Amino acid sequence: MSTPALIGTSGDSLREAFGKALTAACETRRKVVALDADIAGGTGLHHFRKAYPDRFFQFGIAEQNMMAVAGGMAATGLVPVVTTFAVFCLRAVEQARLSVAYTRRNVKIVASHPGIDVGPDGGSAQALEDLAAFRAIPGMTVISPADPHEMALATEAVLDFDGPVYMRTGRSPAKRLYGEGHVFEIGKGHVLRDGSDVTLIACGVEVARAAEAAAQLAAQGIQARVVNMATIKPIDTGLVARCAEETGAIVTCEDHNIHGGLGGAVAEAMAASRPCPIEFIGVRDVFGESGEPDELAERFGLTAPHIAAAAKRAIARKRRG
Amino acid sequence: MSVAAARVRAEPVRTPEVVARIKAVAARTRQLAIAGIYRATSGHPGGAMSCADLLAALYVSELNIPGGTADDPARDRFVLSKGHGAPALYAVWAAMGYVPDDIPLSLRRMGSRAQGHPHVLDMPLSETSTGSLGQGFSAAIGMAMGLRHQNIPARVYTMLGDGECQEGEVWEGAMCAAHHGLSNLCAIVDYNKLQSDDRNANIMGLEPFAAKWRAFGWQAVEIDGHDIGAILAAFAGVAADRPSVVIAHTVKGKGVSYMEDVPQWHGSVKMKPEETRAALLELGAQPAEIEEWMAA
Repeated sequence: MSTPALIGTSGDSLREAFGKALTAACETRRKVVALDADIAGGTGLHHFRKAYPDRFFQFGIAEQNMMAVAGGMAATGLVPVVTTFAVFCLRAVEQARLSVAYTRRNVKIVASHPGIDVGPDGGSAQALEDLAAFRAIPGMTVISPADPHEMALATEAVLDFDGPVYMRTGRSPAKRLYGEGHVFEIGKGHVLRDGSDVTLIACGVEVARAAEAAAQLAAQGIQARVVNMATIKPIDTGLVARCAEETGAIVTCEDHNIHGGLGGAVAEAMAASRPCPIEFIGVRDVFGESGEPDELAERFGLTAPHIAAAAKRAIARKRRG
Repeated sequence: MSVAAARVRAEPVRTPEVVARIKAVAARTRQLAIAGIYRATSGHPGGAMSCADLLAALYVSELNIPGGTADDPARDRFVLSKGHGAPALYAVWAAMGYVPDDIPLSLRRMGSRAQGHPHVLDMPLSETSTGSLGQGFSAAIGMAMGLRHQNIPARVYTMLGDGECQEGEVWEGAMCAAHHGLSNLCAIVDYNKLQSDDRNANIMGLEPFAAKWRAFGWQAVEIDGHDIGAILAAFAGVAADRPSVVIAHTVKGKGVSYMEDVPQWHGSVKMKPEETRAALLELGAQPAEIEEWMAA
């Protein structure tokens, strides 16, 4: 399998990519409406508001009502896209549980500003629990695309998928990993780089860091496979089992608490198929703090050198048997 | 002006025959709700009794639900946001002939579609799932917005409990519905003054209650929630330019003398056979039917 280099160092933020893709996709998807809680400028939804003012609904700073309203709107046949920051999606988890998921409404919850990638706003704004919370809701599909191009593909796929979805975007400019020809499918991981010694399974902004770690490991003679696991739920169990079987060691990488998110999903799938050593890259059950995203990524152990070190630990455990 | 507001609504028919029919449906609703709660050995009787007259008036005279099903996209919607009133909701559907009596009588049983709180996937007529207070109200607002957006001239009604109005989400929703001018939305508050542990006033006071709704931009009227004529008049008088709330002063446990205004009958209670028999007789049930319900 070919090994795509990073196509560029920086592209759109995932939130801007989402906003543009949503706007383009909704020219023909007339049933889609968008719901905002006074942060359209930050979520990328300002593109949609400008293009379709009659399909844009303002709820003010009141996310709990907005989330349950979305369920009611979906009950009349519309496809509501609810957008706010990830941390405020947490505020409305119970509304998402009852009025969206339990009722099986075709609502798309799109969360910008997840993880320590939020940066200077600090710990209160950095949602590190959202993947775990939404993953625990029955029937909720959970997605975290890796780059602007994939975000655009995922946005269309999510709109065309029948059922409730929680999708993360991102605040900071995102590295570009994909060009034309990339195929995004809900529930399928994508092998970004092949390797036989260890598999780095990542989502969101951590995919680029995992790719960087794989390049560092290659320079040391370690062949790391990199998987972009953009769908956290339902997790691609077949791919997890195959990676465990073929590489015998796994490192999961996410801008999220190490508990309950991608790492938990992969560990559950792996343990049920072909158990192997696994290491978890993520925020280690603490809250975030202010700083620039790259500074914070270093402080909380999410950067490529940390991933590479975790890969070596996993490989060492494999060899100890 | 919204399309829904422009819809010409017929004056509710207030002939003696219609009032008699509402009273009959209300009585049957109370009977089936009590029988269901007895058979379930749990459930909330007090709030089911307090809202029965309002539910009967809504379904007999106000709601346009062709065929008694949730199939018509242009049907009016009713959302029981106070989901613990489920025994009365299932019972009024049975009294209307929309569902068989088996539904209210299988309340809370494993495998039954009549869950302890309404679930739309089991019971499409419930329009959404409720049981977490405040959410049905928001979902009803969403339905009103969605219908208006699609130029469907249907109306949305939702019933809240008084204790429910302590939820912050209710006031988020109240602000939202008024801001968006949802004249196709009518809320009814079953203001029976009691909640799970005690009187509203001792838990978290609601007054001045109507003034709160008006301050949030709603038309608010206060009525006796057991006076059928007053209920119909309140529905006939909804505003054309904003959402309306009918604050219905009711008696918790209404119709069962030993339950009336006694807080302990809010809760999920296990009714004794002698209590149940007395209640059903007082509510006008036939002795043979009482024994049939209580035997199974």
